[in-house]
Amino acid sequence: MMNLIKRYWAVMRRPSVHFSLGFLTIGGFIGGILFWGAFNTAMELTNTEKFCTGCHEMRDNVFAELKSTIHYTNRSGVRAVCSDCHVPHNWTDKMARKMQASKEVWGKIFGTIDTPEKFAEKRLELAQHEWARLKANDSLECRNCHNYDSMDMTRQSQRAQNMHSTYLANKEKTCIDCHKGIAHKLPHIPPGQAPTDSPGQAVPTPVAAVTVKP
Amino acid sequence: MQFIRTLGLLLMLGMGAAWAQPVGQTFHDNARGPTPIMETTKPPVLGNAVNDDVRRTRNYAMQPPIIPHRVDGYQIDKNFNKCLDCHSRTKAEMFQAVPVSVTHYMDRDGNMLGQVSTRRYFCMQCHVAQDAVRPLVDNRFVDVDSLLLQSLRNQGAKTPKKH
Repeated sequence: MMNLIKRYWAVMRRPSVHFSLGFLTIGGFIGGILFWGAFNTAMELTNTEKFCTGCHEMRDNVFAELKSTIHYTNRSGVRAVCSDCHVPHNWTDKMARKMQASKEVWGKIFGTIDTPEKFAEKRLELAQHEWARLKANDSLECRNCHNYDSMDMTRQSQRAQNMHSTYLANKEKTCIDCHKGIAHKLPHIPPGQAPTDSPGQAVPTPVAAVTVKP
Repeated sequence: MQFIRTLGLLLMLGMGAAWAQPVGQTFHDNARGPTPIMETTKPPVLGNAVNDDVRRTRNYAMQPPIIPHRVDGYQIDKNFNKCLDCHSRTKAEMFQAVPVSVTHYMDRDGNMLGQVSTRRYFCMQCHVAQDAVRPLVDNRFVDVDSLLLQSLRNQGAKTPKKH
């Protein structure tokens, strides 16, 4: 094994015998451009709505839910596709996310969420990953379009003004803290599992009656 | 007997005549308006719901208070209740929202529950958002306070004034 590596290393070190320096430099340059272009084109292809909704896990669950929300259909015709919110726009972050997505390929192959029941069971965990990601990067994907400095507070409702001018302005909260479930339906969040939840939000169970007769 | 037989024959003839005609061209569903059932109706213009967060007076004592803000796309299902995100007891302070009343924690036998009762869970069965539109029919409803005031005034008019 070591010998093999040594032999290839020797080949790599030796100057070219058959190819001119011009061919190697210009050819390398053109080859590099072609590789880079193809690489980025292929990666952009995996960022399209068509690619994401190519599998039934996305098409029948999360994409179906997105369709009625304002990020998919609205009066002005601007649409945020899957990757606009779920893939960072910055190149290095995007690469990191794409590498993480290999886990999703694994999930697709082994059918981790290939039925609605499996998806419902796994949903909270998946949602929490996305909430954690957006919380950690200060809702960067929201802010790619929704810039705080560009917001006209006077055009917002009184309630939105109050919230944005306090919690958002002093950076105590970030977009995702309040705006969960705007693009997809929310899963059942057991008390204590979400950063902003309360016992009062729990789904009522008919049997849990405390027998205090007034 | 003869009458029923004739009626049956007439009905069968009528059905046959209806069958012979091109379906959908002539049929109208009154619930859909004048559009034939085979055609797509034109959706009505969407209203712009009141969104000023100003609490409105109840028209009568037991009226469920109306929602003075937009509720488009609010999720209320077995997983999540968007209304309780602000209106639950513990969230009311942070969002300055009106907390759900105590009656909503009661089951139908009057037992107090630890959380909102199942029969009160679907908020928008009773509470509704408002559109600023002209009423379709004239409303002559008079609430009890106005009636009381009126009767007091009437009494005042009947009793002769003391000099």
